Amino acid sequence: MSATTPDDIVDSASIAAASTKRRPLWQLAIRNPSVIFGGTILLIMVVIAILAPFLGTVDPTRIDPASRNKKPDTVITYRLDDGTQATRTAIMGTDSLGRDVYSRVIYGTRVSLIVGLFCSVVAVSLGLVIGLVSGYIRWLDGIIMRIMDGLMAIPGILLAIALVSIWRAGLITVIFAIAVPDTPRVVRLVRSIVLTVREEPYVEGAISVGTPTWLVMFRHILPNTIAPLIVQATFTAAAAILAEAILSFLGIGIPPETPSWGNIMAEGRTLFRVFPHNILYPGIFLALTVLAINIMGDGLRDTLDPKMSKKV
Amino acid sequence: MLDFIARRLVAIIPVLAVVAIFVFLMLRLTPGDPAAVIAGDNATSEQIAAIREKLGLDLPIWQQFAIWIGDILRGNFGESFFFKKTVVELIEQRLEPTVALATCTLIFAILTAVPLGVLAAYKQGSLLDRAVMGLSVMGFSVPSFVIGYCLIYVFAIDLGWLPVQGYVRIGTDFGAFAERMVLPSITLGIIYVALIARITRASVLEVLNEDYIRTARAKGLSNRVVLMRHALRNAAVPILTVIGVGVALLIGGAVVTESVFGLPGLGRLTVEAVLSRDFPTIQAVILLFSVVYVLINLLIDIGYTIFDPRIRY
Repeated sequence: MSATTPDDIVDSASIAAASTKRRPLWQLAIRNPSVIFGGTILLIMVVIAILAPFLGTVDPTRIDPASRNKKPDTVITYRLDDGTQATRTAIMGTDSLGRDVYSRVIYGTRVSLIVGLFCSVVAVSLGLVIGLVSGYIRWLDGIIMRIMDGLMAIPGILLAIALVSIWRAGLITVIFAIAVPDTPRVVRLVRSIVLTVREEPYVEGAISVGTPTWLVMFRHILPNTIAPLIVQATFTAAAAILAEAILSFLGIGIPPETPSWGNIMAEGRTLFRVFPHNILYPGIFLALTVLAINIMGDGLRDTLDPKMSKKV
Repeated sequence: MLDFIARRLVAIIPVLAVVAIFVFLMLRLTPGDPAAVIAGDNATSEQIAAIREKLGLDLPIWQQFAIWIGDILRGNFGESFFFKKTVVELIEQRLEPTVALATCTLIFAILTAVPLGVLAAYKQGSLLDRAVMGLSVMGFSVPSFVIGYCLIYVFAIDLGWLPVQGYVRIGTDFGAFAERMVLPSITLGIIYVALIARITRASVLEVLNEDYIRTARAKGLSNRVVLMRHALRNAAVPILTVIGVGVALLIGGAVVTESVFGLPGLGRLTVEAVLSRDFPTIQAVILLFSVVYVLINLLIDIGYTIFDPRIRY
């Protein structure tokens, strides 16, 4: 115990090397230009969503028959609760029920970000659990993977439409309906990682000294899935925001009173020729948000998951 | 080769079985009496009783499934009480616009994306390469209906070059049919172009580093021949794969595009069926689209051997 053996030196050196090797991964990710660019736009969207009531908006669900179908930058006179009149400029116009499009677009940011966040959380958690089980418990693997293959054979939007038609329309229904079709992809990803990692000497070592299965999974296998899953979650969030807009646009997503980008566009469809702004403004916000998340995902993939970035 | 096709055919049976079970359970999982759900809101109690008997709703669930799958294998998808027709008739009526749209989109997407991808790979790092890659990220991010409405606004309303919406059967007037297919095909094709161009670029880039490309260049072959005959052909397998996988996007996108352009196809039918809770139709459409998707991917697997004789099964 008194003298330092050569073994100790090697050991501490390799630990130091490992820890310096681990840190740059995250630093690289945060310094990646795509991550910075996409992340900044996304952050602005998050701020808009949180501060929605303070950004010069009015109640996004308030119907005002007197000022229906106004073009952008129209000055609108409206009556306050105490009976006095006030004016404001509808910078994005109003829809066919006289609701303020700007307020609806700003509040719609909340719906889209919530859908994106929760869909990827649900898809990744479900996929992680099922994938770990499938990769680790051999007799279940065949059954689970056949079910996943079957789910993947149904085109994603169609599966979501089917699920929405079973359940009642609502935010939670929509989140699950969009997350379920994305789950098999996560399952496959996690399972493939488990199958490779479980053959690694350190896992075999852990098993051979009698580590219980759940601990092997948590301590040795789970950490390997984190980086690829973060990448996957990002792309899932982007796809989910698009899917919500599509479902709502088709009239089978979030209930129409809720201001979501898809709903605003669905409402604007009939009078599109005369008032294109009802589709244009939410469309810009939607595209910008999804683009930001996709760009961020590309950057994260390049830094966190270099093996995958070579494939695409 | 025949052996391979047979094995692949056997392999898709469990996949389609899972799809069938899901579609079957769909109706059973809806809250309420399935017979009443099928019959719709305006049904009489006799109609509901007749459906209950036909579906065998008091039998054990596996027997119900056997009856249902037997009907489907005999081509009987039930009756749409909302549209007052059998589901098969309904699908026959709505098939043409969807097939036409999918075909035009495929042709447009492949003819645009593959050359763009090859050029981007050939001039890697150039302005063109960056433009193609940038546009492909955009293609993934801008929803097709926003693209569709922008195209309608510019080319149909502002410039007046093309009709805004609608469909004319191909047999009625080919010119009118063709001009109504242009905007929908581009709308639906953009995401597909993005996907295919990206993969084409990546796989051609990989191939361009191979020795045989250097040999071909050393022989004095022109760039065009090297790119098309040597590089693209060897890069074909991933491109084909992504075209197959992308069929799912195509089907999902058709639902949206048909709604934007007022095409009376299967996608529009799906939405109408969901809005009216017309379950026999929803079930049939989902089954049909899934079978088509699986079969197309099977054909592509078989197609690999043609493009790349090195692959033997």
